[in-house]
Amino acid sequence: MSRALPLSDLVRMQAARRPEPVHVELAQVTRRFTHPATGEPFQALGPIDLALVKGEFFSIVGPSGCGKSTLLDLLSGLGKPSSGRVLFEGKPVNGVPEGVGVVFQENAAFPWLCVRDNIAFGLRRAGVEAAEVQRRVDYALGFMGLRDFAKAYPAQLSGGMRQRVCIARTLVTQPRLILLDEPFGALDQQTRLLMGDELLKLWRETGATVLLITHALDEAAMLSGRVGVMSTRPGLFIDFVDTGWPADRDSRVVSTPRFGEITARLWEKLRVETLKIMGGAH
Amino acid sequence: MRLLPNVILLLVLLALWESLHLAVGPSAMASPWATAARLASLLAQADTWRHIGATASAFAWSLLLACVGGVALGMLLGLNAMAGNVAEPILMNLYALPKVTLYPLVLLCFGLGLGSKVAFGVMHGLIPILLFTMNALRHLPPVYMRSARSLRLAPWQTAWHILLPAIAGEVLAGIRLGFALTLLGVLIGEMFASQKGLGYLAMTAMGAGDIATLLAIALLLTCFAVTGNALLLRVGRHLEHP
Ligand SMILES: Nc1ncnc2c1ncn2[C@@H]1O[C@H](COP(=O)(O)OP(=O)(O)O)[C@@H](O)[C@H]1O
Ligand SMILES: [Mg+2]
Repeated sequence: MSRALPLSDLVRMQAARRPEPVHVELAQVTRRFTHPATGEPFQALGPIDLALVKGEFFSIVGPSGCGKSTLLDLLSGLGKPSSGRVLFEGKPVNGVPEGVGVVFQENAAFPWLCVRDNIAFGLRRAGVEAAEVQRRVDYALGFMGLRDFAKAYPAQLSGGMRQRVCIARTLVTQPRLILLDEPFGALDQQTRLLMGDELLKLWRETGATVLLITHALDEAAMLSGRVGVMSTRPGLFIDFVDTGWPADRDSRVVSTPRFGEITARLWEKLRVETLKIMGGAH
Repeated sequence: MRLLPNVILLLVLLALWESLHLAVGPSAMASPWATAARLASLLAQADTWRHIGATASAFAWSLLLACVGGVALGMLLGLNAMAGNVAEPILMNLYALPKVTLYPLVLLCFGLGLGSKVAFGVMHGLIPILLFTMNALRHLPPVYMRSARSLRLAPWQTAWHILLPAIAGEVLAGIRLGFALTLLGVLIGEMFASQKGLGYLAMTAMGAGDIATLLAIALLLTCFAVTGNALLLRVGRHLEHP
């Protein structure tokens, strides 16, 4: 499957995926804030309509400040929409639903806990049986390449390692929807590519629906089945790109011509939006 | 080792003390050796231990109340941004107030004895612990609270498993400050309105012009305060590098 697929196959794959059940749905969702300095209300996001199919890997790219994190907050139930509906597995989102895991951009590893305890944190609080916690944490340690660091503290780890700990902490709760907000933003390019592979492996293994927010076009193009491009504030989806990658893809797709085409299309849309922010004279 | 600087510091202090003693004479300043001898003879008397016991129990109660009250109120104010903003200047002013001026009021409320001493100790120690706790919470990385919510923690789980460990280091720094101030508050309380305790003992010695006893009590209290501080520092370091 790792060879490049002919386009007709890709189209058939897409078509075959369509009837999959909708996992997450946003309908006419908006979010307004009051400006901290002027006190004026402004619209940060929407109105947005979006449906994520169960098990898809969807990425969002958009200029900074366009409302990507706000959108993730609404999906995760960490924030409430000003209008519109957010549904997860058919039910309105009100607070973080069971089955949703979030990985934040910031380092969220707890510095007072060792790696093992960090990963086990959510499970222990949820009252999962000790043997089961041990089993899942051991698996996550191996999966994320952290086995030798189980007893280390976050301060002793590199940024990439710490982010793995955060991903593992979410992974062990076995979420059916994983939301990631620029999780690799602070990492160098090589580490980002490798972390991308880890993420793909995780996605394949768990069958979870993944929503990845990123500012890196190559990351979106290489990892996703579908990429949504957002406009400047108020954030709206201005384009959706189906990448058509096979499920067993990895970072080596960057050397295919298709990767270049996808990245070029994303950039074409995003360039216009970014220029608007920068004063957009040209 | 960190032992050597401490030994040198101790020797320098002793030398300064001795030279001060030589300069002003024994009626104003007892020598270190005379003080140590006086302390030894004081500690041999059962009566002294009754006073130490009185101070110790007043101090223990004060510190306990100051810690529990300071951490609990600090958490409430730290988590509620508005309440914190309102409370901070008030607390700062309260803290800057010379608390001795409030002592008559405390006496009226609690009467002579343990109650007043404890109240006075708490008045000195609680506010710094409260302020340290409150500020630690205000500067908490927001992602901790977001993580707590995304892991669907109950409020008490968030407080116990995230907030407390996250602020433990700073709370402990507040407690170190509160430790010294609580002790001070208790001693001042004993000096003004008590028939028991080291503060009372020091006050009577002062009245009698018994410099050696006064200094012996000061020496005892200093040793206690330094030991307490060192222990808390140690716990703090353990928290930082578990
Ligand atoms: N709590 C808030 N109060 C006021 N404005 C906010 C708040 N959160 C976000 N914003 C504003 O909303 C816009 C979108 O923010 P955000 O979703 O963080 O953007 P992105 O993640 O795409 O960079 C920004 O202009 C930001 O300043
Ligand atoms: Mg963001």
